[in-house]
Amino acid sequence: MSCKRLFSLFILVFGLSGVVNSTFAQGAGNHENAPAEAVAPAHEEKKGINITELVFGHVSDSHEWHLFSLKKENGEEKPIAFPLPIIVYAHGQLKMFSASRFEEWHKDADGKKISNEYEGLYIEKVMKEKILATDGSKVYDFSITKNVLSMLIGVVLLLWAMTSAAKKYKVNTAPKGFQNGLEVIIIFIRDEVAKPNLGHKYVRFMPLLLTIFFFIWINNLLGLLPGGANFTGNIAVTACLALIAFIVMMANSNKHFWGHLLNPPNVPFLVKCLLVLIEVMSLCIKPVALMIRLFANMLAGHIVILSVICLIFIFALLNVYVGGGFVIVSLAFSIFMFMLELLVAVIQAFIFANLTAVFIGQAIEGDHDHDHAELSEGLAH
Amino acid sequence: MDLLTPELGLFFWTLIAFLAVFMILKKFAWKPILESLGEREKGIADSIATAERVKAEMSQLKAENEKLLVQAREERTAMLKEAKDMKDRMINDAKEQAKVEANKIIIDAQQQITQQKNAALAEVKNEIGTLALGVAERILRKQLNAADGQEAYMKMLAEDIKLN
Repeated sequence: MSCKRLFSLFILVFGLSGVVNSTFAQGAGNHENAPAEAVAPAHEEKKGINITELVFGHVSDSHEWHLFSLKKENGEEKPIAFPLPIIVYAHGQLKMFSASRFEEWHKDADGKKISNEYEGLYIEKVMKEKILATDGSKVYDFSITKNVLSMLIGVVLLLWAMTSAAKKYKVNTAPKGFQNGLEVIIIFIRDEVAKPNLGHKYVRFMPLLLTIFFFIWINNLLGLLPGGANFTGNIAVTACLALIAFIVMMANSNKHFWGHLLNPPNVPFLVKCLLVLIEVMSLCIKPVALMIRLFANMLAGHIVILSVICLIFIFALLNVYVGGGFVIVSLAFSIFMFMLELLVAVIQAFIFANLTAVFIGQAIEGDHDHDHAELSEGLAH
Repeated sequence: MDLLTPELGLFFWTLIAFLAVFMILKKFAWKPILESLGEREKGIADSIATAERVKAEMSQLKAENEKLLVQAREERTAMLKEAKDMKDRMINDAKEQAKVEANKIIIDAQQQITQQKNAALAEVKNEIGTLALGVAERILRKQLNAADGQEAYMKMLAEDIKLN
């Protein structure tokens, strides 16, 4: 019952936001009054907020860690942000410097934000930031971006938590506290993910599955913190994890797997050609599915929470009292979404680990256990 | 579409970080944790098995004890019965023996009595015989002193011879 009500609220909220956003964008054009912003196109208003830019600014990677912006007395916005180190390979050499070198921004004719030049490089910002060379040569960006830093924090937390928990196993006492909670998860991964999918060979893959699960989970949770980075909602990250899973799957695949894939038994020739094509495609789709699933889930969660928060400001621009009133609705909804995202964080980590186990299980299985693996894959979707 | 193009830098760092985390955790966290979990589970399973075994042994022991107890009880009853039987038998034997002994004594006594009685009777007979002989001698002597007495006697003897 309450679920249904929330859903209708959701529909209402999103319907409204669509309407308001469009009317607001039209009306805002008339308020153009800042001569300094003459280069800005008509639809890019300065006084209000651009929701698209705001939301995508939050979910995409950045070379600085932006916390919030202060409004100065002269109306200028002063962002409070940590500049992060930039590491690029450009013009045939490796360059390292702080992102604070790019401090002056202007907008070009297409509405792109362009930074000042430094060492023949500049940043172009549309939805996400790109470091480009002034001479148009290729730039390889290995910067410690917001996402990378967030991941490093996650990694440090993970290493600290796990190794400190592991130390307690040196003395043979009853588990307690954090160790207890951790054990439950490890046993769950072992008994519900590894054993059913991988059979008796599960021990080999336990470290991988556990690392995948905890790596994704802790980064999902860090991404939920206010001001956190959208690390697991980035396709490069999920692509990397999916690639690792795929490589492990390929490295462990056996003759039986390839035999069934490339030469399905008891099938007429024409059907066999078609079947092999489909099988090869399905093989390639597996890592892609892994990649897209995690990416889309996390990104969508972030976007929904941000959008709901933004509703407050959209309504506040219409009317201060409406905005104030909407704070309650918006907060309630974003708290609900936040709780949901906490759940999604662990579910997605579990699904990634589970599907990895399923795919590896398919690659290493013998003649039996076939139905079981298919079933778990179906359930995971 | 911008969001769907992966950045090389982030991919690179994620790969390195993930592999590093994997290696470190594999060696320093997962291995010890999984090993001790396995050991503990094995220990618990063993303990349960041992407990079951001990329980079975205990119940077996108890059954054996009970059996022994029952056996002991039976034995006791048997022993008591045997003792009682023996006692009865001994008493009976003693009675029997006493009876036999008594009978023997009685018979002996009777024999002795009879013997002595016979002896006494014989002695009495002899005594009476001697006495009678003496008396007869005296009488005869007295009678034969006279002549008619001798004649009468002779007649009597002659009559005896005639009769033969």
